[in-house]
Amino acid sequence: MVGVGAAPLWLERALYASDAPARRKKILVAIFQRGAADGLNIVVPHGEASYYSMRPTISVPRPSAADPQNTVIDLDGFFGLHPALAPLQPVYAARHLAIVHAAGSPDPTRSHFDAQDYMESGTPGRKSTGDGWLNRVLPPAEGELSPVRAIAMGPVLPRALRGHNGAIAIESLNNFQVRNDSASKVFQAMYAGSSDKILNGTGRETFDAVKLLQSVEKQPYQPAADYPNGAFGQSLKQVARLIKANVGVEIAFADIGGWDHHVNEVGPRASEGQLAQRLTEFGASLAAFWKDLGDRMADVTVVTMSEFGRTARENGDRGTDHGHANVMFVMGGDVRGGKVYGEWPGLADHQLYEGRDLALTTDFRDVLGELVISHLGNRDLREVFPGYAIDRRRFRGFIATS
Amino acid sequence: MRRGLLFAFVATLCLMAGKQATLFLAPLSIDQKTAHVLNRLTFGPRPGDVDDVKKVGLKKWIDAQLHPDRIAQNPLLDTKLEPLDTLRMTPLELAWRYPPPQLIKAMVAGTVPYPKDPETRMMIDRAAARLQLKKGDDEKPTLENAGLTEEQQRTLRRGTPQEKLKVFDDLLDEQKDEVLEAMPLGARIGLFAAAPPDLRRRIQKAGGPQFVINQDLMEAKLLRAIYSNRQLEEVLTDFWYNHFNVFLDKGADRYLVGSYERDVIRPHVLGKFHDLLLATAESPAMLFYLDNVESVDPGAAALMQGRRAAAQVRPRKGLNENYARELMELHTLGVDGGYTQHDVTEVARCFTGWSIKAPREGATFVFRERLHDNGPKTVLGHHIPAGGGIEDGLKVIDILSHHPSTARFISRKLAMRFVADEPPPSLVEKMAKTFRDKDGDLRSVMQTLLSAPEFWSQGAYRAKLKSPLEMVASSVRALGADVDFTFPLSQQLVQLGQPLYRKQEPTGYTNAGQEWMNSASLLARMNFAIALAGNRIPGVKVDASRFGDAPDTDQIAKDLLLTGLSDEARAAIQAGLEAQSAPQAAAKRPAQEVPKPLAIAGLMLGSPDFQRR
Repeated sequence: MVGVGAAPLWLERALYASDAPARRKKILVAIFQRGAADGLNIVVPHGEASYYSMRPTISVPRPSAADPQNTVIDLDGFFGLHPALAPLQPVYAARHLAIVHAAGSPDPTRSHFDAQDYMESGTPGRKSTGDGWLNRVLPPAEGELSPVRAIAMGPVLPRALRGHNGAIAIESLNNFQVRNDSASKVFQAMYAGSSDKILNGTGRETFDAVKLLQSVEKQPYQPAADYPNGAFGQSLKQVARLIKANVGVEIAFADIGGWDHHVNEVGPRASEGQLAQRLTEFGASLAAFWKDLGDRMADVTVVTMSEFGRTARENGDRGTDHGHANVMFVMGGDVRGGKVYGEWPGLADHQLYEGRDLALTTDFRDVLGELVISHLGNRDLREVFPGYAIDRRRFRGFIATS
Repeated sequence: MRRGLLFAFVATLCLMAGKQATLFLAPLSIDQKTAHVLNRLTFGPRPGDVDDVKKVGLKKWIDAQLHPDRIAQNPLLDTKLEPLDTLRMTPLELAWRYPPPQLIKAMVAGTVPYPKDPETRMMIDRAAARLQLKKGDDEKPTLENAGLTEEQQRTLRRGTPQEKLKVFDDLLDEQKDEVLEAMPLGARIGLFAAAPPDLRRRIQKAGGPQFVINQDLMEAKLLRAIYSNRQLEEVLTDFWYNHFNVFLDKGADRYLVGSYERDVIRPHVLGKFHDLLLATAESPAMLFYLDNVESVDPGAAALMQGRRAAAQVRPRKGLNENYARELMELHTLGVDGGYTQHDVTEVARCFTGWSIKAPREGATFVFRERLHDNGPKTVLGHHIPAGGGIEDGLKVIDILSHHPSTARFISRKLAMRFVADEPPPSLVEKMAKTFRDKDGDLRSVMQTLLSAPEFWSQGAYRAKLKSPLEMVASSVRALGADVDFTFPLSQQLVQLGQPLYRKQEPTGYTNAGQEWMNSASLLARMNFAIALAGNRIPGVKVDASRFGDAPDTDQIAKDLLLTGLSDEARAAIQAGLEAQSAPQAAAKRPAQEVPKPLAIAGLMLGSPDFQRR
């Protein structure tokens, strides 16, 4: 074998593992839409009359073949996608994209800060949880672990991935290295020779990961899809690249900000304004990820979340304020898609949460819990969502179990 | 067989525990003592510090650090803090001079008067334009449409700081703010580096009012850590701010955190714990951060519902337990300190009505009698009779600050910061006893810690891994670097995982050094070390003369680490230097070469040895 040099054995295995006998691990990709995305304008209940009466200037018009760019893409006669999500429509039609509406955190807070914290810790209402649910999802160590089994795209490790299991933040593959070759060699030798157990161990892990990521980075690579240029598209592009390189990724996390649309959420037409702009990047990036991974999506499931939804009624600035329940997407090879899951609570005054927001009918932990059990095959949820009694009867059944 | 294994296992455990205990008895040499005290009571030794401590004597030096008002402040620090005017403002002054978006909207709408000062007006105009921008009525300014020649644009983007300044000075005054706003961040930092003080302020103001406030806060934090002569006061202010953590980016806290650190935390770090606890309980920053402002007597909330609905104000729902829970779990008793959910609810009831005045009335503490739950309560077995009003909360502060669990919890946490991640129980018990005997006097507790043999032991020596803040500040101090401005250092702290004032959780950042070690942050530390020593961190100047004439590797190691270099590290550095001077490598050496002593210093700052203190 050439090119890998002194890489550890498992690394060589991993790099040349397309035909390895070991069972390929299932992969979960979690996406956080920071800022509270407006679920009601993302998956629009166009069959609900009060949706249009509560949002006289910022609703997305009912489906119309005459102006598909500015009207809802119908899904099932009642719900439809915002037109900027057109790239996701084929995935939904192919039954690999499921939607869970009126889902989210049961905690009543309308603080972005608290709600994100709760959703990432996986313990709504409890602030002092030290680690994140995605870290707790990782199965206990078996044999040698890949240094990139849990990754987050960005400069810091997000709350959701913090905890006892090794997890790393990668801003870009290219930057994950000591930016000076000769210094890198000296550092590597110093840490390898150090009698300090912790620093010696972390040093080894680090240079293993550097070596691994640089060997991936150095191989000629062409993604099988065009990703948008924004940060989110580039994050997903790198996640896809690492998954395809078979280097042992089990959990990946990426986020996309800019959803707090108090003002000018929707412009004069549905294709204009802040929401359409964010959704264009969001939808195109996810669709590119789907296309790029191709058959590899058999092992991969993507789930999206946002800390809470937005008010059912529009405010005075063509926007919406902080609300309650939201919408979640689940996309993957083993997803029973092409369906909007969950009970619809309705938007009549008496059906609204606290008289103003979409009520919650699916706890986000039941969505994530189903993924953890049915997709990842981790049977014990008590550690993943401490203090929450998981009841499988509440699972929506969007993962096909064999 | 199985029993034999079990026995061996237990025996090993005992041996390990015994070894730990012995380590905390083994004394230090005088050189080790000096290095140790500098590493623990300061943000890292500067050139000359070792000699100073030796000259004054350990005991006297420590005593001075425990009485910071007796130490003359570094005049250099005062000079550097002087231009940061927001540091000296009340939250109310801040809001008027550097208004938040709501106030800017009100100013634009004419419901409150526009400030008169032209520079403030300019900042508000631009901030208003940016708010407008969200509505899509305006385009973001770019260098292309700011009326500049292509040459000027190129220089502003890619010129040296001096070249940038020259182009900028030649602009028409009315052009300048638009150009500043249009300049990419990297280019702006370049201009900032060469700018005189008044232009620096203008550049910061181009980032918006809140940007200036945040910037000053972080600038001051790092400048003090690096330059203050009252180092223990800085270390303790960091410790106690972190203990009573508040997150800068939670709404109004952007305007409250500065005063919180200055007026609530800093004055009490060597005072009585009771006073510190009460000050935090009454602080607008904490009341807002942990939602106590939302917590009201449910009966009162129902009564007010009608009025509020008419006024279209969001109704307050009732009791909010966040503060009560964290007060006991994180601030005083500790999670195993012996309280129940019932106590949490009762404490929350005691603090109903502890609130904040309207922002325009100064956003100071106020007790709202009408919103207080005036029924009787029981907290940790203490009966609190009905009708106590504000006394209920004061009583709780009293109970908690004098609780034995608090004495132990606080002592252990201090010992974690100053001694070891797992401090010896004997030490914690000594400190807790002082805490109880001296009415929670924090100076006495620190004195107990600093005179305990456990502190001066091999078990404590170099036992702590540095937090990112400690790593960054100690590197700058060790190099004797000249710091002009610090926001590139703050950026480094983001990379290293410890953004200043931005720990979201009320837990604060961990005091366990081990938890800071992970691959991404270790890489970031190495890259930081090389960049700093290579003079590639804007605002920080490093000079090889710090190491004297023609220093060798061991001399540099001694200056930076205060200990000898391990053989492995010396060999690695030697091999690296030889590889660098090989003809092949020499041929492709970049034009800007780092002087050899600084190249070695960079390797040393990124080495395993320097990650400990």
